[in-house]
Amino acid sequence: MDRILLGHGSGGKLMHDLIRQYFSPAFGIEGAGDSAVVNVPSNRLAYTTDSYVVTPLFFPGGNIGDLAVNGTVNDLAVSGAVPLFLTVGFVIEEGFPFDDLKKIIASMSNAARKAAVKIVAGDTKVVNKGKADGIFINTSGIGVLPGERWIAASLIRQGDKVIISGEIGSHGVAVMAERNGLTFAPPVISDTRALNGIVREMYDVASDIHFMRDPTRGGLATTLKEAALESKLCIRIREQSLPIPPGVKGACGLLGLDPLFVANEGILIAVVKASDAEAITSAMRKHEHGRHAAIIGEIADAPSGVVLLETTIGGTRIIDMLQGEQLPRIC
Amino acid sequence: MLMKKMLEELHALAGSINKPLKLMEVCGTHTVEIFRHGIRDVIPNKITLLSGPGCPVCVTSVRDVDAAISIAKNRDVIMATFGDMMRVPGGTQSLLEARSEGADVRVLYSPFDALTLAQKEKDKTVVFFATGFETTSPLIAGTLAHAELAGTKNFTIYAAHKLVPPALKALLDSPDVQVDGFILPGHVSTIIGTVPYAFVAAEYKKPSVVTGFAAEEIIQGILMIVRQVAEKRAAVEIQYTSVVREEGNPRAVALLDKYFEPADAYWRGIGVIPGSGLKLRDQFKSFDANKKFHPPISDAKEPELCSCGDILRGVKIPTECPLFGTGCTPEDPVGPCMVSTEGSCAAYYKYGHR
Repeated sequence: MDRILLGHGSGGKLMHDLIRQYFSPAFGIEGAGDSAVVNVPSNRLAYTTDSYVVTPLFFPGGNIGDLAVNGTVNDLAVSGAVPLFLTVGFVIEEGFPFDDLKKIIASMSNAARKAAVKIVAGDTKVVNKGKADGIFINTSGIGVLPGERWIAASLIRQGDKVIISGEIGSHGVAVMAERNGLTFAPPVISDTRALNGIVREMYDVASDIHFMRDPTRGGLATTLKEAALESKLCIRIREQSLPIPPGVKGACGLLGLDPLFVANEGILIAVVKASDAEAITSAMRKHEHGRHAAIIGEIADAPSGVVLLETTIGGTRIIDMLQGEQLPRIC
Repeated sequence: MLMKKMLEELHALAGSINKPLKLMEVCGTHTVEIFRHGIRDVIPNKITLLSGPGCPVCVTSVRDVDAAISIAKNRDVIMATFGDMMRVPGGTQSLLEARSEGADVRVLYSPFDALTLAQKEKDKTVVFFATGFETTSPLIAGTLAHAELAGTKNFTIYAAHKLVPPALKALLDSPDVQVDGFILPGHVSTIIGTVPYAFVAAEYKKPSVVTGFAAEEIIQGILMIVRQVAEKRAAVEIQYTSVVREEGNPRAVALLDKYFEPADAYWRGIGVIPGSGLKLRDQFKSFDANKKFHPPISDAKEPELCSCGDILRGVKIPTECPLFGTGCTPEDPVGPCMVSTEGSCAAYYKYGHR
């Protein structure tokens, strides 16, 4: 059998076998109760959910599987939480290649292991051919917030520093290149990866992180603008400090995109007290996912709700949210 | 640092010229890059940069949009277009709205993809809505060459191509346009070179420089124009020497010439400019969607308060339009200059107006 059939989602023998042979061993799910029962070491929980519909399903540096694990782990991590448990829901299109499903499951299992989270429950539905685009995955996750940790835009203060954990634009460019049959040398690889490790390093050197977020869809620009609006302060960024890999720069030039608006899946921005900024940044740089960590700007009081970018040549420009989809230029 | 030296010279030269200078960046990509690099902040106040007509989406007329929509509503047609065209309002609706009503309209990145689509969907006619300047039109000609070779019968184009030099001539001939020099589009000249612009210097005595798109290149292009002004001379020069040659790309020009001939074209906000468009030559009329589908000629007018026309001619800047930012935003655009990522209104809205 090399393709998924409707019966794999119908609750009968095929589904039973699918779960027993593939999902349970890959995710280490024991038993088959209707709920997972877990113990958590704190009563302050972070709880999040996200659905993944990326196309293409496989792209340089990852696939929809590790993306679905890392994405939810990261949403927990940037809330200051230690991610512990995930649940996963699959919606699979009839006829989906079994080999692809196996690859996706394997990378989910691998991503969960790397992030030290446990997948504790799951669900599978199969829909008629044409009713879904291959496979959709939903993951939900629970994490615990140690001590008094609290992350919120309202905690951002004038004078705080803005730190970025790594290079921007890789995920969006990798997916776009795959989608359009473009190849770059060296190839641009998606940055999909879990950020809970680097967040732990950050908290090890400073207990007071005001704000964190992972700039996924909409890119760094949209995330910064949201933070500026929510905090009612002004974020000033230096273009020169932004880590942009040459491949992303080149691809964006070619496609008419702005790297600031391109999606990321493995970086975070943090807003911290100025006195903590250097220590946090150097702790991040020691982590494998933080080698390009940098202080990229600071918080000013006015103009409220505005993100200003100081350009390389010394001009300034306003950074706004992404409007609609970024489309390659036509001339 | 080179940049610092160039800026010093620019400020010194500007100081020695005792009048304000209005320079037009013809190309929409330049408009966006000028904002992205914050170039207005570092050049002398005396120099005003005006956006020109070089945004292909912006200058496409309501008539052409309506014709494309009318063709797209044909049940056997797949209309393929570049993304920016989707949201441009026609007389009553946009291609995007037509799609939501059931027309098969697809966004593609290259005309070659449209040809591939035609070869896959044999019982449909694929119509490529071909907009753009001399940078894009050779790609279309190349696609037609492939279609001809492969004998693909169900691939056609709706040609709404425009040519840059005739538009500049029309601007220079209109009394309300006051421009002291032109930052010419780098990409267009990779195809046509500089010779078609010779009249700008020879007849109209305006300095012009074919310029690249990086910050240093734009600054250098401006500096080269201001040097000409200071030296009281006018020439067509090339800043973008890494890519542009005086003679352009003769192979691309020959390919264009094989399939297309110049025709009068209607520019949004400007009107008919003689010889400023391209139409398919008669022997290639089997590729001409216009001749195949005979869309009705729309009598829709451009929206009354919309200032796109004056903005494209450099007579107004976007913030002087009564609709800017209130009646017309990128989410709910009235005129095409607010739709296209290369449109000057969209650029002002995104980068500059607050």
